[in-house]
Amino acid sequence: MRVIFKKSYEADIRLFKDGVQAFWYLLLLVIAVILPFLINEYWVGEFSLMLIWAIAGMGLMLLVGHTGQASLGHAAFMAVGAYSNVIMQNNFNIPFILSLPLSGILAGLVGACIALPTRKLHGIYMAIATIAIGVLAEDLIVILEPWTGGVGGIFAPSIKLFGLDFDRYNNVSGLYWLILAITVLIVLGYKNILRSPLGRSFAAVRDSEISAQAMGVNIGKTRTLSFAISCAITGISGALMGHFSYVFTNETFNIVISINLLLMIVVGGVGFIHGAFLGAMVVTFLPSGISFTRDAFFSDFHIIPGIESGIFGLILIVVILFEPMGLYGRWLKFKTYFDLFPFYRKDMFRRQKTYLKTERTR
Amino acid sequence: MDVIQLIISGLSTGCVYGLIAMGFVLIYKATEAINFAQGDMMMMGAFITLGLTNSDYMALPFWISVPITIALMGCLGYLLDSLIIRRMFGQSQLAVVILTIALGFVARFIAGAIWGHEPQSLESPIAGEYFKISNIVIGVPEIWIILVTVFLTAVLFLFFAKTKLGVAMQAASQNQMAAYYMGIPVRRINSLIWALSGIVAAIAGILFASKNAIDPATGLLGIKAFAAAVIGGLGSLPGALLGGLLIGLIEPFASRYLDGDIARLMPYLVLVLILVFRPHGILSQVQKKKV
Amino acid sequence: MSFLKLKDVTLQFGGVTAVDNISFEVEEGEVFSLVGPNGAGKSTIFNILSRFYKPNNGEIIFDGKNLLEKQSHEVASLGIARTFQNIELFEQASVLQNLLVARQTHRTSNALSEMLFLPSVKKEEYRHRLKVEKVIDFLDLQAYREKFISGLPYGVRKIVELGRALAIEPKLLLLDEPASGLSVEETQDVAFWIEDIKKVMGITVLMVEHDMNLVTSVSDRVMALADGKKLAMGSPEEVKNHPAVIEAYLGVSEEFEK
Repeated sequence: MRVIFKKSYEADIRLFKDGVQAFWYLLLLVIAVILPFLINEYWVGEFSLMLIWAIAGMGLMLLVGHTGQASLGHAAFMAVGAYSNVIMQNNFNIPFILSLPLSGILAGLVGACIALPTRKLHGIYMAIATIAIGVLAEDLIVILEPWTGGVGGIFAPSIKLFGLDFDRYNNVSGLYWLILAITVLIVLGYKNILRSPLGRSFAAVRDSEISAQAMGVNIGKTRTLSFAISCAITGISGALMGHFSYVFTNETFNIVISINLLLMIVVGGVGFIHGAFLGAMVVTFLPSGISFTRDAFFSDFHIIPGIESGIFGLILIVVILFEPMGLYGRWLKFKTYFDLFPFYRKDMFRRQKTYLKTERTR
Repeated sequence: MDVIQLIISGLSTGCVYGLIAMGFVLIYKATEAINFAQGDMMMMGAFITLGLTNSDYMALPFWISVPITIALMGCLGYLLDSLIIRRMFGQSQLAVVILTIALGFVARFIAGAIWGHEPQSLESPIAGEYFKISNIVIGVPEIWIILVTVFLTAVLFLFFAKTKLGVAMQAASQNQMAAYYMGIPVRRINSLIWALSGIVAAIAGILFASKNAIDPATGLLGIKAFAAAVIGGLGSLPGALLGGLLIGLIEPFASRYLDGDIARLMPYLVLVLILVFRPHGILSQVQKKKV
Repeated sequence: MSFLKLKDVTLQFGGVTAVDNISFEVEEGEVFSLVGPNGAGKSTIFNILSRFYKPNNGEIIFDGKNLLEKQSHEVASLGIARTFQNIELFEQASVLQNLLVARQTHRTSNALSEMLFLPSVKKEEYRHRLKVEKVIDFLDLQAYREKFISGLPYGVRKIVELGRALAIEPKLLLLDEPASGLSVEETQDVAFWIEDIKKVMGITVLMVEHDMNLVTSVSDRVMALADGKKLAMGSPEEVKNHPAVIEAYLGVSEEFEK
């Protein structure tokens, strides 16, 4: 049983709880960095894709998991990031080092513009509005054809940074390290949000809007801010996805992708940064997992088209029914069991059952 | 005369949206659960009927397949709730949303596995029939759709307002604990609601399939049905129908008079506008809460 | 000069008049209690003060400022803190995090500096933590710092609710039934705390309460309400023995007066 003895306020404020935790995460980072030397190029590409999904997931997680809002149209912001990034580089010759953050900021601004009129919406109404936004974005991309290439799509140039070329075909490892660096920066920023008054105001909005107001939290402004930051992060993931995919169209960021994004963070665990990563792992490696299983056990079956969605749906049903806290939630329970052994109580993480009281009188 | 054509076509599509939206509102009204698989349930209803009726499958007479499908979908709805959704008792609304989205994925996969992903047409006796009044062509399926929808809406409205079971369902939806205390078998009632919703979805599917070709992705038009339910005001059955009709009418008029790309936007644009100015829909049922 | 002044405040919900022409003044540094049967409008007055409701007419002046012009999230920065009758804590957070949220009105950093976690933000975090620890010491909540609200017993939650309001460092504290659901010992604790809040912290207290013992032991003045109307106002003894108050609570025993 491990007891963490805190000797100063610093212990609660700093990033890592104690040396042990710091050690494990740094080890993870080291492994992540040397990864391209351990596996072949195809898998380096897959891990890059996973990191991109993790960034997108973190964006959505901030909004859904930490501020309690709904968004079923977040791929639209990936699209904003992707298209604006490429347009800035191709049409305006803005270098990658500027176009990436700018595309993120642009996505954030668009998010803020959408959050502002919809800030009074709650629950399912917010969800429907975001679905509408997602569908609208798809169609808008087609309408803005001269800029976006419409249905035919647009080609992303290779990333030029510090005199080097990074793209999927010429420099997979370089691209991977670049994406890894950006991921780490975003994780740090996210953790900073969580340990600061900003993150607490988000959690307050999530848990009790009424008392948050009584504590001085401006609900509308906080929701808008959360939406903006969330969309900015997702926009950056979109820009990186654009470079990674080399070519993308209005279908690359459609409503199904938005829904998948939400399902992804639920599988991983809503409310935990790790959830975004775990969910991204499931989504990225599921197709490979399926073909591997088929080759190993069911070589007679030909793969039915759409089986990935079917299996993803099945995984999700199992997760929701048996572990609503997601994969990371289950991991937390294991860890706590061993940390507290033998004092672990079976229902430690049990949420209080809420009997349904109608939302219709709020 | 064009306009009348557009109106009838729009109304009939709107009725299908409205039926799906009503199935959705039934569940929401009763359990405040959001069933994102409603569109896929409609798709299943359509495909089951196709599987029973079409000559390359079981080739049963249409008027036998219909009641079988309706019964099957009713049972499916009941089982879905009693075996799966019921376990979500006490959990957040988001969890149920995610669950039903996932169920929709699985339904789509199963339908594709059984019937394939190619669009197919239902061989119904009313498909393709039409009659003419002056020079307006009116399709028989479209009239059927409108009539069945109106009838069904009236039945449902009366059911909730007048029958004991309907009132019990309303009670369970407003305060589960209190309903339990009143001796209402809440869980069984919820499953019955899901059964009812399945039946409505099946009817919507059959009607839709008599006018359009279907494939497993057809369920995605459930998203438009949600838009309809929200526009009309969640929790209001007539509102759901109204919302559906609205969207059904906007589409053909928009594509007739506006540029193709912008026309596709219109229903969603209207949705966003309604949500911004009247967040709880047209016939909303939300009242202020006393803290 | 009164600290908080309500004049002719009226609020109607449809056909029901919840608050009917209520006027009263609270002096700085006093403990003022609102009593009355359920449905008298006491919590409604609190919700008006928190600006969740807008009264149909009347005026409210707090510390020289017109309260009705403010929005609900601006009330805290004016110096008014409140507790909720039904406990509205943040369930998925620890006690410490709940108390830290209350420091929002004293926040000096902005979103960008927080994302970068500049040294100034760190310093601010220490400062906030220090203030919150003072509240924890005052209420003896040390054992519960890290515990999540969802696992805490009712009595402790009520204390955290009080602590959260205190962490705002308010000038006026609105307590909505602080003793409801508490045992005799816990209620005594509440009485001691209210005394300290008044005498040591110099905070003015406006309290809604049903427990007449608590009301009598801590209040300077009491106002009784029924059906949204003022029945009586004065010292606890005066109000307790006021005929209209007795009638509202116990009824008039005319029929047996034969």
